[in-house]
Amino acid sequence: MISFSPTEEQQMIVSMAKQFANDEMRKIYRQCDENGEIPDSVIDTVWKMGLTSSSIPEEYGGPGGEHSAITGSLIAEELAWGDLSITMHILCPALFAYPVLEMGAETQKKKYLPLFCDEKYKAATAALIEPRFGFDPYSLSTTARPDGDGYVLNGEKCYVPLAAEADLLLVYAAENGSSQGFIIEKGTKGLEIGEQEKNMGIRALATYEISLKNCRIPKENRLGGEKGCDFNRIMNCSRVALSAMATGLAKAAFEYSRDYAKERVAFGEPIASRQAIAFMLAEMAIEIDATRLMTWEAAWKLDRKGEATKEASLVKAYADDMVMMVTDRAVQILGGHGYVREHPVELWLRNGRGFVTFDGMAIV
Amino acid sequence: MIDFELTPEQKEAIRIAHEFVEELFRPISRYYDEHEHESPQELIDRAWAERNKNTLALGLDVTASLRIEELCWGDAGLFLCVPGPGLGGAAIFASGTKEQMQRFLGSFNEGEPKWGAMAMTEPGCGSDTSAISATAVHDGAEWVLNGEKIFVTWGKRAAENPGGLVVVWATVDKSAGRAGMKSFVVPAGTPGMRMEKLEKKLGIRASDTATLIFDNCRIPFENILGNPEVKKVDKSQTKGFKGAMATFDATRPIVAAMAIGVGRAALDFVKETLEKEGITIRYGVPKQKLTALERDVIEMEANYKAAKLLTLRSLWMMGQLQPNNLEASMAKAKAGLAVTKITQKAVEIMGPLGYSRKYLLEKWMRDAKINDIFEGTGQINMLIVARRVLDYSRDQLK
Repeated sequence: MISFSPTEEQQMIVSMAKQFANDEMRKIYRQCDENGEIPDSVIDTVWKMGLTSSSIPEEYGGPGGEHSAITGSLIAEELAWGDLSITMHILCPALFAYPVLEMGAETQKKKYLPLFCDEKYKAATAALIEPRFGFDPYSLSTTARPDGDGYVLNGEKCYVPLAAEADLLLVYAAENGSSQGFIIEKGTKGLEIGEQEKNMGIRALATYEISLKNCRIPKENRLGGEKGCDFNRIMNCSRVALSAMATGLAKAAFEYSRDYAKERVAFGEPIASRQAIAFMLAEMAIEIDATRLMTWEAAWKLDRKGEATKEASLVKAYADDMVMMVTDRAVQILGGHGYVREHPVELWLRNGRGFVTFDGMAIV
Repeated sequence: MIDFELTPEQKEAIRIAHEFVEELFRPISRYYDEHEHESPQELIDRAWAERNKNTLALGLDVTASLRIEELCWGDAGLFLCVPGPGLGGAAIFASGTKEQMQRFLGSFNEGEPKWGAMAMTEPGCGSDTSAISATAVHDGAEWVLNGEKIFVTWGKRAAENPGGLVVVWATVDKSAGRAGMKSFVVPAGTPGMRMEKLEKKLGIRASDTATLIFDNCRIPFENILGNPEVKKVDKSQTKGFKGAMATFDATRPIVAAMAIGVGRAALDFVKETLEKEGITIRYGVPKQKLTALERDVIEMEANYKAAKLLTLRSLWMMGQLQPNNLEASMAKAKAGLAVTKITQKAVEIMGPLGYSRKYLLEKWMRDAKINDIFEGTGQINMLIVARRVLDYSRDQLK
């Protein structure tokens, strides 16, 4: 039956995430953006909340909660309201852990999932995007060629978050033309981590180019074993996660510009009492809500294990446009003040522009 | 729990409504578009005969919204010919007493087809409903109504067919402003109420949009909805006006549901036509690889979905007895604009098929536009959303 009300348990997790976003992330996000790094202490604090490990079954050392894309979306929205870079850093291990949890072979689950149930943050990541125009996740240039009792990988990847510190990488590569996941452990010969990338936004998130040169891995490192993985589902989980984050980020920009518009006086009254400004804010509010509801619907489809490509890609396309519209207007409403780094809206605009590029950089 | 699964009853309601309009609306759509002011009597009789079969039951809930989307997928103009308490009923539900509901609507379902209408707009006032100049004067055991009301949907049918009713908004005290504005139930055929003319419109031509004249029209004192007293001293006491606004919280999502029905009709036509031509829309393909056509269709579909989910949420909230003023206006503003754009884009994409009266698409474009106008224009709804998100009064944001 149609309902728009999160469960009590979800509300609890959401309020926890919200509090962390407000109390911790909002205090340091500007400094993180300027310095290009995030203090370990913050990551350790949030890791202890168990957001990533909560859905790992008891047999693999986790608390055995239900894995839900809806819950994941609710959390992602709240955290992204706090800061996108820190959120992507916090949730980065899930890029490895969730595909293994959902699609991994039994041996892979046994081997890797317990690592994410530790007290200490476990850096792991995934590599999907490739540094070329016309990048298409379904038609990768990076290849995985079966060779004897293993695979040989070749290619270039970029926007790989935390690649330098990650012990485990899930690399997506074309195997006979279809995209599959391959687990590469740190130090594997042929895996080269490049310089940290310099991006327009998400500057506090350390992302890297990596290259694979005849990188040989054992056969059992193919995600899902012989069965392989449902790559399309992974993409849909990513689309939903990114849409949720876009919603949270847009909400932050909306709230800030709304409050500013009520404070800022011009011609004797707050600029918010002019329709030119007020209508911008109204449209921002409507589109944020619409994107959230579409995200929930796509997440709901994922939770029912149904085919969600249409819903997930519709909301992702919608969210990409929405977050740009909202963050651009937030800057516009602040005028000159929106352009200076004393206010956060320019940062949100830079981060917002990235969503259309961030394929596979977040997952629910 | 967040859930989007329809109940078996809802699925059945959609299926029945869909079959109903495929059989009864679509074949006569074009005829009644081109023969404005002719009454689709067969359809009215059939709809009336089936009123107790729950085919067309129109409440103010999620199921009703799904059903209305389906009916307006069939034809929004013909949908507005279906007998029922309509907006008049919604006003009585929103601000009438139990006794009034029983008296006015208790036997609505019996006998001959009946319609209920709401008369608010006047030649000199549209969205600024507080500027209403029609008057109601208390005279003994009666109210005496005088004034002119225009753009009354169902106006002719409600005023002329026995058993129908018109809810009329009038002021009992002009000096009291909004607090003086009250609503009154005028039964069909009451002397002093007459239908002056029927409008000729861009779309929804099958729907009667009438001018009603009230000329010393006398109704019993008990026909006032809400409190008859005018509380001038306390400015916050604007209950009469709030009655009107509460009605809108209920009816705006319904108009949004109508809108998305028309929008989906256009979308379905586009997709079916493309399919026949062997063109499939590819979802999940990177933006730079999509054709311009695919981008257009994806944008139309996403906007349809956005409008639909906002609409369902606002009705779900009403079902949960949560205040939905903000969400109702969000849904209405989004849906009205979304389907205006969807249908216009559909006509563009379909080229000669879109512009020709041989097909219904051009009609849907004309029909869609009303949803961005009635029950509060898109701009009025944006104003309401803006006031709510800014926590501003009407004086702070004009």
